[in-house]
Amino acid sequence: MRYVVAARQPRNVRLDRSDYVLRGISYVTVAAFATFCALPFVLIVSASLSSESEIMRDGFGLLPKGFTLAAYEYIFRAPRQIIGSYVVTIVMTVAGTAIGLFIISMTGYALQRKDFPFRNVISFFVYFTTLFSAGLAPTFIWISRYLELRGSYLAVFLQLLMTPWLIILMKNFLRSVPYEIVESGKVDGAGDFRIFLQLVLPMMKPALATIGLFLALGYWNEWYLSSLYLGSTVEFKPLQYHLYNIINTANALRNSVAGSNVSITELPSNTLKMASAVVATGPIVLAYPFVQKYFVSGITVGAVKG
Amino acid sequence: MVTQASVVTLAGAGQRDALPTKRPKSLLRRISDNRTLLLMCLPAIVFFLVFSYAPLPGAWIAFTNFNYRDGIFGSPFVGLRNFEFLVKSGQLWLLTKNTILYNVAFIVLGNILQISLAIMMNEVRSKYFKKISQAVMFLPYFISVVLVGVIAFNLLNYDTGAVNALIEQTGGDPIKIYSIAGAWPIIIILFHLWQSTGYGSIVYFAAIMGIDNSLFEAAAIDGASAWQRIRYVILPSLKPTFIILLLFSLGGIMHGNFGLFWNLVGNNAALFQTTDIIETSVYRMILSQNNFTSSTAVGLYQSLFGFALVMLANWIVRRINKDYALF
Repeated sequence: MRYVVAARQPRNVRLDRSDYVLRGISYVTVAAFATFCALPFVLIVSASLSSESEIMRDGFGLLPKGFTLAAYEYIFRAPRQIIGSYVVTIVMTVAGTAIGLFIISMTGYALQRKDFPFRNVISFFVYFTTLFSAGLAPTFIWISRYLELRGSYLAVFLQLLMTPWLIILMKNFLRSVPYEIVESGKVDGAGDFRIFLQLVLPMMKPALATIGLFLALGYWNEWYLSSLYLGSTVEFKPLQYHLYNIINTANALRNSVAGSNVSITELPSNTLKMASAVVATGPIVLAYPFVQKYFVSGITVGAVKG
Repeated sequence: MVTQASVVTLAGAGQRDALPTKRPKSLLRRISDNRTLLLMCLPAIVFFLVFSYAPLPGAWIAFTNFNYRDGIFGSPFVGLRNFEFLVKSGQLWLLTKNTILYNVAFIVLGNILQISLAIMMNEVRSKYFKKISQAVMFLPYFISVVLVGVIAFNLLNYDTGAVNALIEQTGGDPIKIYSIAGAWPIIIILFHLWQSTGYGSIVYFAAIMGIDNSLFEAAAIDGASAWQRIRYVILPSLKPTFIILLLFSLGGIMHGNFGLFWNLVGNNAALFQTTDIIETSVYRMILSQNNFTSSTAVGLYQSLFGFALVMLANWIVRRINKDYALF
């Protein structure tokens, strides 16, 4: 289901004019839409490489104005904040993806076992949470007042560990494992957990990669739970929430370069915002070409059925 | 396929009774027979109990005059007064209207663009061109909504925004886009389409790939033009996929894309009339007003309404094609 390259078109048949017209329109439109998708990224990178004074005079544009690395120099002159945010985000992403992947695959495996009598009850128990939820306010009060997790990274970390959708996706992937594998394991006297760990998991690398990617993206792109449960209580905010603050609050920009001995008026605030965006997003965009195929298999397998 | 009885026999052989009993097994017995699989599900069960089920009783807040000190069940009961206030102030209507209208626009325009893009991707023969353009078109879905907010700031802000820079270069006067409420539905829809069209078209593209090639060959032999091929072969084949996706998005029509709206508009009250949806309003009530009663009431209303819509959508899907129904 990854790349289907062979296009569905007639072969060995003479093409008429309409085929060439359609093909021409298709190339132009696809190219135009791809450009439309790419332009904002060019804007951000160009702006981060521009000089603040020229931006103040002429505004942002597609090409860097007065090329300079000044904004990046500001960020890395006092890199404490950005490095702290990177560490927090990387630790959460790695640990959360590993733990989440383990739990999700274990659950997905049990739920697709046809001989497991509780699979329907538990599937419904998981699935129901997508149909009806308490809403944000009761959840917020439960987690902050009763679980007392406000101000703790755990409030963010735990809630991102799994989603019903990822468990269903894993279940769909695991359907492709023939039951004979489980059976052969049983004949050899292996317990259910060992069958899962030693026979099923090694066959499921594409599934693990796809679901792992979605988990990792969830952790890397997280800003929402941080805004609710962390706020300004922690020194090092997760990366995207750090970026969110730089864009939306005046103080955050100054704090992000604190210790670099510049007054707020000298700060290249516009280009600094753009450079922060590049620094916070860069790694994931660089990783993108390598993981893109798993990203695509997520939607094609997930769209099959819940 | 192996029946349940024979599997149990295999598993139990040499441990307990080798003969399968005819009576239905007691619950305890079934639990103990499947203890490993149950234990494997346990972490997920605990997770959903703690983070999804435990907050449910908190919906009671919607019927109280909640204060943080007395807690959920210690706060005074006020009946439906919170809902009454939301209805009378017109807020509930505005939020419902905005949430639904935005979703309708997303669904209609999104599907049209996704289907068109999938059809055009199918016409592209160059493998290289296809790979590169797909990669670029999926990229916006991959990045965080915070970056989408940065892009909006880069394009639209008054002093240095790229749009205003362009307007000034061509001799016009800069526009205060962040205070024109009427412009924002278009801006939000554009950003939404920018982020989701490429990725969303994959489902339709996969459906086109699934069409039997003999249909295309038959059409070509009958002398069908490219337009007739689209009209009589591709579009009818996409219909089932389209209907199912449409019904499920209608089921979710009460739920908004919070991250996008918040990062584009945020706390900008000048734009609320045209941009406030249920999620943004609830978030704001909690974080900046500490208003837990109204936010719970709005959330409960959304959950109940949304639940009814999903059930309805699923019921219709079930009648069309049982295989596609969620349950």
